[in-house]
Amino acid sequence: MNISEIMFEMKDTNLKSGGREKMIGKPVLRREDDRLVKGQSRFVEDLPVNADTLHMKVLRSPHAYAQIKAIDTDKANQLPGVVSILTASSLTGTEGLPADWVPQTMAEVPMHPILAKDEVLYVGQPVAIVIAKDVDLASIAVEQISVDYAVKKPVIQQEAALESGSPQLHPEVKNNKAYSTLISSGDVAAKFRQADVVLKKRLTNNRITAASLEGRSVLSTFDKTTGELLHHSSSQLPHVHARALAKCLGFPMHKLRFVSPDVGGGFGGKLGFYVEDVLCAFASIQTGRAIRWIGGRDEFFLGTTHGRDHVQYAEVAANKDGKILAFKVKILADLGAFAMGMGPGVPSFNAGISMSGPYKIPDIDIEVVGAFTNRMPTGPYRGAGHPEATYCLERVMDDLAKELGMDPVEVRRRNLVKLKDMPYLIPTGMLLDGGDYEKNLDKALEMVGYSDFQDQKRKALKEGRHLGLGVSFYAEMSGACPTLGMYSVGFNRTGAESARIVMHPDGKVTVFSGSHCHGQGHKTSFSQIAADIFQIPMDHIDVVQGDTKSIPFGTGTFNSRSMAVGGTAILKAGEKILKKASKIAAYKLQCRAKDLEYVDGVFRVKPGFSFGRQFAYGFSLVEARVRRKIFNTVINMELPIAERGQTEISIAEVAREAHIGHDTPLNMPIGLDETVFYDPKVMTVAFGTHICVVEVDSQTGETDILRYVAVDDCGRVINPVLAEGQVHGGVAMGLGQAMMEEVVYDEENGQLLTESFAEYHVPRASDLPDFESAFTVSPPKDVPIGARGVGEGGTIGAPPAIVNAVLDALEPLGVKDIEMPMTPSNVWNVIQESNTAKNNTNWLVEKV
Amino acid sequence: MIEISMTLNNQPVSVKVDPRALLVDVLREQVGLTGVHKGCNSTQCGACTVHVDGLAVASCTMLAVECENTSVTTVEGLSSDGSHPMQKAFKENHGLQCGYCTPGMIMTGIDIARRHGVPDRETIRSELKGNICRCTGYQNIVTAISCGSKEIAKAKGAKNA
Repeated sequence: MNISEIMFEMKDTNLKSGGREKMIGKPVLRREDDRLVKGQSRFVEDLPVNADTLHMKVLRSPHAYAQIKAIDTDKANQLPGVVSILTASSLTGTEGLPADWVPQTMAEVPMHPILAKDEVLYVGQPVAIVIAKDVDLASIAVEQISVDYAVKKPVIQQEAALESGSPQLHPEVKNNKAYSTLISSGDVAAKFRQADVVLKKRLTNNRITAASLEGRSVLSTFDKTTGELLHHSSSQLPHVHARALAKCLGFPMHKLRFVSPDVGGGFGGKLGFYVEDVLCAFASIQTGRAIRWIGGRDEFFLGTTHGRDHVQYAEVAANKDGKILAFKVKILADLGAFAMGMGPGVPSFNAGISMSGPYKIPDIDIEVVGAFTNRMPTGPYRGAGHPEATYCLERVMDDLAKELGMDPVEVRRRNLVKLKDMPYLIPTGMLLDGGDYEKNLDKALEMVGYSDFQDQKRKALKEGRHLGLGVSFYAEMSGACPTLGMYSVGFNRTGAESARIVMHPDGKVTVFSGSHCHGQGHKTSFSQIAADIFQIPMDHIDVVQGDTKSIPFGTGTFNSRSMAVGGTAILKAGEKILKKASKIAAYKLQCRAKDLEYVDGVFRVKPGFSFGRQFAYGFSLVEARVRRKIFNTVINMELPIAERGQTEISIAEVAREAHIGHDTPLNMPIGLDETVFYDPKVMTVAFGTHICVVEVDSQTGETDILRYVAVDDCGRVINPVLAEGQVHGGVAMGLGQAMMEEVVYDEENGQLLTESFAEYHVPRASDLPDFESAFTVSPPKDVPIGARGVGEGGTIGAPPAIVNAVLDALEPLGVKDIEMPMTPSNVWNVIQESNTAKNNTNWLVEKV
Repeated sequence: MIEISMTLNNQPVSVKVDPRALLVDVLREQVGLTGVHKGCNSTQCGACTVHVDGLAVASCTMLAVECENTSVTTVEGLSSDGSHPMQKAFKENHGLQCGYCTPGMIMTGIDIARRHGVPDRETIRSELKGNICRCTGYQNIVTAISCGSKEIAKAKGAKNA
């Protein structure tokens, strides 16, 4: 039974719909919401604690780069209510935080220590912890710990760090150069010589942070009597983090239960595995009591991985007609002070490989250099490498258009991979696995009214108003990842996803998924899938996530993979259950499995005569009689009387029979319980066109976003309301990066200057317009559920769309370039600079 | 420790608090109303919004002792079953994703409706400046508050009729 075909194409198969309404594709309201609007959330900080619970506070380094000469905990230890104070020397048997995505080109992998031993390498780095009877006592004790630092001059930026003579942060890593990954194809030098036009550009991609509204929290409870550790943490990857925790502690995994309950936003920040988890668990094992740590907002800014942070040098060679001949990029990515988690792989693989995006650029030279600096380590953040690559590419596209006097959309169209070229293997190794990119582009252009825009712009300019329109097209590798692919890119993990489906004796269903929701609504969308597989009501289905005790080993939620991989795993597990169920049903209805149809949750014999079926029916009558006779005479046992003469049997009845096992096919094991670890065949490519229309006030530098059109292709849309919600959220974050967000470290001393929402501006409702979201639908043929990713497109498409729009608006003023974030003061400054005819010379134009 | 008395979600409540304790911490840790969330170190994010004597306040920016003899309402006090029109509006309009900012959004939404009746989207967006959401991009929250305010006005109209 090929369920995906059946469910989606309804070919002439056994599985068809009577009158039952399909759930997939419907804007089903979320099952999660009732509890959440009543305030019945279960974030880690909401979990009940008993009077025995102890509280942890972290002492963090106030210096960006310093030697630790001595740590004096005597005074703090004597305070009432302090149970213990731990420093690096107390942590016997522990290992540093794993770096589990390490490019092959990275020779040395300096891991983040649990607590700093001889030196600190970034402001905020954990140096010691206090375990005390309450939070306030712990905070006071932390301030009483005295650390003798010998402060050194830090290096705060990647270009400075890579220069010879800069402080070497890790002895084995020369010039702080963690790795250099080269991806190259064709003859770039020759193409540059041939080209009509060559442009060079320096771009930056600002350092930002997930700033999920729920920070990071841990509640770790070791039970001395059973030796079991129950560890609660706000994590996007419960199983992966369980493995990391076990390794860091030297703790056996069969005694570890890792639970991630409600997670209040992740966005990549909670993909990292952090010291606070190890420390709470360690302290709990030591004391035999529950240890609770609720991270503050300042701690989140200081100590949760940051995202992006590239300096890029791009060169493009093109012909007069707009056709790109070759592309050359050098990326300098800041890894921060240590190699942590997925951090090093994001620029090297995601950004590097997606560097030519949806375009046909056969000759390409990419170098990705990872550098260490005295800042918080970077890690994946929504989009993870794709926004950095797409921003570069889409800015270059617009520059090329301006240089050639061509329409920016036309330049893109000339280079875009077309439907007839699909599937298209980009020289970097990225496979564009299908979709009509041009149709998607055209839809967005129509929605925004592209052909009318130039008129509007001209009219506005006459009134002294600056309107601008910017376009971006993105292609994103989503649905990570075939497991062998994970190996080859240096990922110390599988790419499979788990699903276990149990159908209970009453026909109700529990779906256990290794994907882990942090706002996406999996409880609803996964129920929609299961409801359509089994053709039962959604409230007959429960979805369980986030508990390593009951869920088979999962890979977790990131890279927009939960529907493509997690959803497919559910599909496959459902297939197995239905296959077994149909065998039982066939036995009961005395026919063959292929004689059955399954309509609205009921198995019945297909109408019409079939010789094969008649024969099978006759045979089964004989077989039943013979078996009864044998049992009677030989063993003197009565077989239960089988009810025959049934013409149909519901899935619930089948489930009941499957659990009793008295009258099922010979030798069939009982139960309806199937586990699947689904290994994806491809990283399916999500794509889309984003168009932004702005008005810039040249007096104040303020940008008003007038319209935002997003046409995304995530393949089959399982729930349009949820999908659209992901687009809204992603676009808001992308606009945030482009307009206002930036993690800022002081250049001299490396202090973090953005430690609260007062300094780190995230978009507020008043900053954003209503988004116009639409979808084109090209289901990838190698993904059974037919979905591509949808969660990250907004963060990838928005920054170049709005930057291109602002530059379009400011073109009449002579502005040629701008860096993110485009705060009003930044915009105002570039206007002033262009006014004094100090046009920036980021362009170098060579004509042949 | 000081004993304070207030009406909390329509119930008379007495609780012993440290005079320095913030209202949000007393509500969460002592009374157990974990629907009130703390998204920031103070005053920036709006996740902790509750009503004190009918006015929306950031409970992280108020001392618990200031609530002596007041009437405090948290999201838990709006209804026993999620049937408050603003709660329903959030459910019906996909006005939440992770749910962390949601209680604050709902309490602020009710306050917006109280002051503006049935505001337009631009007004709602402006009034939401004090509430951060990282998941939704705000659009559906604005729709939810718009719908919720209409339902509240309708119910009020029906009551007054």
